[in-house]
Amino acid sequence: MPLELYLDLHSQPCRSVFIFAKKTNIPFDFKFVDLATGQQYGEDFGKISVVRKVPVMRDGDFILTESVAILKYLAEKFGTSDSDHWYPADLQKRARVNEYLSWQHAAMRAHGSKVFWFRAIVPIITGSDVPKEKMDSAMEDLTLSLKVFEEKFLDDRPFIIGEKISLADLVAIVEIMQPVGTGLDLFENRPTLGAWRDRVKMELGEALFDEAHKTIMDVASLPQTFENNGMLEFLKPKIQKMFN
Amino acid sequence: MTLEMYLDLFSQPCRSVYIFAKKNNISFDFMKVSLLEGEQYGEEFGKINMIRKAPAIRDGDFCLAESIAIMKYLAEKYQTSDHWYPADLQKRARVNEYLSWQHMGIRMHGSKMFWLRLLIPKIMGVEVPKDKMDGALEDLEGSLKLIEEKFIGDKPFIAGEQISLADLVAIVEIMQPVGSGLDVFEGRLKLSAWRDRVQAEIGKELFDEAHQGILASQEMVKNMDSSKMQIFKPKILRLFL
Repeated sequence: MPLELYLDLHSQPCRSVFIFAKKTNIPFDFKFVDLATGQQYGEDFGKISVVRKVPVMRDGDFILTESVAILKYLAEKFGTSDSDHWYPADLQKRARVNEYLSWQHAAMRAHGSKVFWFRAIVPIITGSDVPKEKMDSAMEDLTLSLKVFEEKFLDDRPFIIGEKISLADLVAIVEIMQPVGTGLDLFENRPTLGAWRDRVKMELGEALFDEAHKTIMDVASLPQTFENNGMLEFLKPKIQKMFN
Repeated sequence: MTLEMYLDLFSQPCRSVYIFAKKNNISFDFMKVSLLEGEQYGEEFGKINMIRKAPAIRDGDFCLAESIAIMKYLAEKYQTSDHWYPADLQKRARVNEYLSWQHMGIRMHGSKMFWLRLLIPKIMGVEVPKDKMDGALEDLEGSLKLIEEKFIGDKPFIAGEQISLADLVAIVEIMQPVGSGLDVFEGRLKLSAWRDRVQAEIGKELFDEAHQGILASQEMVKNMDSSKMQIFKPKILRLFL
């Protein structure tokens, strides 16, 4: 039975898992979970994961959530000596990957997601733009995360751990692309970031990178999908919480 | 040169790293970083970790931040018992799954509760609005429910029969709101039983030593000089109010 990956490419962690599996030639069944229609809250998906989030991996009877855990599992299970750079065996290099993967949850991911929601989703649900003060604050947080990323995690290295791409760069790029999907060019005036993005794209392959990001670059179609599926009312309390 | 660990035991991730090193007899110099006094913003600490957070370690000329990265590094370097971070692919995945989920799953909610109940009233001089408090409590309760039902389930520990980094990271985070006077174990039998097992594995003495500060925080915060803590005002306004 082939590996199953439950994914929606609107989601950053789904993109990193998708790209990694494709790039390293791991065969899998793409099981689409349509987040815009609330499929993650349905009964069927509840049997896969009570946490009701994507991505989820099913390998035989082993079900695993959390993209970082999934990526490490796949790297370990399907890895070869040539692919060591994704999650290096070297103690210090591995520690650097782990350091980034840990930091990013509450920093890059949280801030990039928030800006994405504020720009692309909240206005659809509430019918009005996010108050300037809150938008500015969210942008400030994202700007700071990008600064830390450039100065600490990249510094003057081609990739986060040095000469080669790793899981850290993959997880970083998909998160940074989220607000970019709303039309915010985060690479403008950030030459270090832009150069890194080019290197990452080249390593992953432009076709694969673009395929993975096609959905997020097309968020303009979301409003209609939400409306068609009764998601507007459903998302209102969640959004209220974001402002608390 | 000895391993240096830059810690403040008010901080949950500092506690997990401290407990892990002590439990595994890893010798280190305890370098105190007083977070509530803003020491993390000083020049010296900036050389250790430019992200300005604790814990951080310096091992020779190798500096490392992030408690999870630190513990995995120590586990590998000092070859600690397998159960802490099992070599078995699926067991290790279960530990990684929890360690990933917990950042936004419980850490954020437990930390927020500590700030809302203790630090914000002290620093800002006002009680937090009821709707914010209720919202935060709801989030925390949702997290604890998920920990009981999905992560612990009917197993003794998160990864199965033995304690691992997942349980250690979980317990220190859950103890944070406890330090603010919120008994999260009351009415939660499964969580309490798990807590007892974790405490027994760690050793009561070490557990209590690590948590002494946070459990005395209600009293400590009361006696703090709030004028010294004004540095946190912008963070509070941005994050919580």
